[in-house]
Amino acid sequence: MAVSVKNSELIYKSLKNCGVKIVSALPETWLVHLIRFSEEDPDMQLVRLAKEEEGVGISAGAHFAGLKSAMLMQNHGFLASVNGIVSLAQLYRVPLLMVISYRGEMGETDPWQTEGGLRTESTLKALDIPYDIIDSPESVEKKINKAAVLSESSERPVALLITRDLMVE
Amino acid sequence: MKRIDALQRIYKQLDSKLIITNMGAVAAELYSLGHRKNFFYLEHSMGLASSVGLGLALSKPNIKVIVLDGDGSVLMNLGTFSTIARYNPKNLTHVIFDNESLLSVGGFPTATSTGTNLKEIAVSSGIKNAFETKDIDDFELLFEKNINIDTASVLVSKVEAKGPEKFTMDLGLIENKIEFKRYINSIKEN
Repeated sequence: MAVSVKNSELIYKSLKNCGVKIVSALPETWLVHLIRFSEEDPDMQLVRLAKEEEGVGISAGAHFAGLKSAMLMQNHGFLASVNGIVSLAQLYRVPLLMVISYRGEMGETDPWQTEGGLRTESTLKALDIPYDIIDSPESVEKKINKAAVLSESSERPVALLITRDLMVE
Repeated sequence: MKRIDALQRIYKQLDSKLIITNMGAVAAELYSLGHRKNFFYLEHSMGLASSVGLGLALSKPNIKVIVLDGDGSVLMNLGTFSTIARYNPKNLTHVIFDNESLLSVGGFPTATSTGTNLKEIAVSSGIKNAFETKDIDDFELLFEKNINIDTASVLVSKVEAKGPEKFTMDLGLIENKIEFKRYINSIKEN
């Protein structure tokens, strides 16, 4: 298994094109190149977190300062961030652009990822978070751009689930 | 030391800085001293006030950010010290009023009442400038020192478990956010 550098580049360029200046992240196998690109880019502030929920606070601070941000995390990190998403981002109308690696979906080999995978979309729906699934390189730029636009115009969290088909070669 | 008295001592120095408070008593007490457009009261998501402060400090490196937090809140997000230490923004001061209890919800004792030391956790997390005091004069001096230090800093203020008589504030949550955001947007940076 190798994580796709090419598709990671596509995602990163799309985030840059949306004007993202701050990226918060917790390492995850599929996100390795995205985190590296963020770290190597002098025009990007990477914030490595101890726990994903901190990233909601980082994005709120960036929003108050007028900067666009994105969160990179695994779906289990999303599940661990729910209170921050609800009682900071949704309560105070803070845009969140959440790029979430969708572990535990069809084709998952790790048993420990499967329960979270089963409940990712139903949790997004329960929280009224608009989301899209990106499973091919052709739709990366368009879907990221549309999600970024909606999160800014609605001042709410929006999620993009990036899949095995997109991230793994 | 009472938190309200400590807040009174530093109130004038909060001018022109970006202030993020934790929910509950500290928000209500700061508000009772006089609301300003540069105050943002995080009325929920306990634990995240310092993360908001870090995001703000990294986004506006030339403006001083002060987080007014509580022990119960910090105990919910101890990883915040590690993240702040890693980026070490010189414009971030994290003040923690430690009353050893969850006062706003009935006064249940927190772990700082049974030996947990937040200042030591901050130091061990990599924050070099971390202080603790029980004395109000000392607090005032340390606050002045901390806001002029060239690193991120933590100031733990051990206070009595006494809160305001009322927690009501005549300020909508979204109203507070919009006003605070506009204030930041209006600052002319050098």
